[in-house]
Amino acid sequence: MADSYYDPKDLRKFGKITEWSEELGTKFFDYYGKVFEAGALTAREKSLIALAVSHVVKCPYCIDAYTKDGLQKGITKEEMMEAVHVGAAIESGATLVHGVQMMNKYNKLSM
Amino acid sequence: MATKSLKAQGDELAVSNKQLEILNGGIFADGELPYFKDKIHQIDQFPLRPRKLEILQINVGYMCNQVCEHCHVDAGPDRKEIMTRETMQLCLEVIRNTGAHTLDLTGGAPEMNPDFRWFVEEAAKAGIQDFIVRSNLTIIRANKKYHDLPDFFKKHNVHVVSSMPHWTRGKTDKQRGDGVFDKSIKALQELNERGYGMPGSDLRLDLVYNPSGAYLPGDQGAMEKDFKKALKEDFGIEFHNLFAITNLPIARFLDYLIASENYEDYMYALVEAYNPAAVANVMCRNTISVSWDGWLYDCDFNQMLDLKVASKIKHIKDYNEDILNDRNIIISQHCYGCTAGAGSSCQGTVA
Repeated sequence: MADSYYDPKDLRKFGKITEWSEELGTKFFDYYGKVFEAGALTAREKSLIALAVSHVVKCPYCIDAYTKDGLQKGITKEEMMEAVHVGAAIESGATLVHGVQMMNKYNKLSM
Repeated sequence: MATKSLKAQGDELAVSNKQLEILNGGIFADGELPYFKDKIHQIDQFPLRPRKLEILQINVGYMCNQVCEHCHVDAGPDRKEIMTRETMQLCLEVIRNTGAHTLDLTGGAPEMNPDFRWFVEEAAKAGIQDFIVRSNLTIIRANKKYHDLPDFFKKHNVHVVSSMPHWTRGKTDKQRGDGVFDKSIKALQELNERGYGMPGSDLRLDLVYNPSGAYLPGDQGAMEKDFKKALKEDFGIEFHNLFAITNLPIARFLDYLIASENYEDYMYALVEAYNPAAVANVMCRNTISVSWDGWLYDCDFNQMLDLKVASKIKHIKDYNEDILNDRNIIISQHCYGCTAGAGSSCQGTVA
């Protein structure tokens, strides 16, 4: 067994996910590929969204992959960092907005 | 930012044998990644054979006013290799007699060869359809004696192909040196003023994009759109096409890959992106590359690895197209760079 939970080299093996479940794995990669094709959003915009989400879901593989993808698409480091802040703002906002629930509960329980 | 070539630094990677040892050994020798030869064998393209010659690429010297981080030529101000007028005469004879429709002058900075203008004037008379000069742009602003280059190019209807790593100053200067971006912008504006790159103009101005690091170029069409929008909006600059070229693991780029511990990942990325459809159109199949001292190679990359053509005709003085065309193209693992994704050539994508 590996002596750490994340190994950057494992990203190279992502495609092998299909080996243990070919049908579902293939369906996933078909879907994945389709999602990232340019549509109403450009491939560039999708890459920045993916980078922000990668941070929010805290996936180191995804962060590596979409930093590289962004570089390939000519995205600048300033644009990348802005995207990360968008993710961070939503993530912290999501925490904070639950404060309303806390306040509701507090008020309900309090005399 | 390096200021000297690997050769001037006495770096072991300045020696082509050392580079080939790396490209043929390691992850390839231990079977982790397949040899390029085996990959093209699977699609019945081995040995890789040339088609009719279309492009004669002539490297008139390794001297350059820049020391770019990714340069596969290891060019720089300290490189003294320069094509002589005698060798140029031999090239002119071949230009006149060959069926090639494109002449592609490269370097270093080709303009720094003292006989560059004489060569352009003579070669322009040969009736070549597409006469390319690969200019790094900053040479136009480097010294007073080069300031009239835009007019000179226009006079001889030269097709200018210029390097431009990014539309932002930071990324451009990081790859090519401080101040390169501003000088390049000024040079592009001067070319535009002469009519170069303008919509509908016959004065062709194309840009070359190489990634500034250990990653492959993105979609050429999308990159072109982004470059055009940014350069037009920010500086009023127009150009025709953008060629996206993959960096090949040779010389300074190989040195960078190793020093930054990106070599293995980069080779994995190249092999994973291998596109069999690109093999049919790799540039070595319709190109001959001539070095400053007249030796013949399958491409500019083989030239830098000192892999001369596998033919009894090895030098421009003995040039014979029929004999030369009956050869096997020499390949190694760097060739994955030309077959990754949409493929890569000096004219951009090929698949």
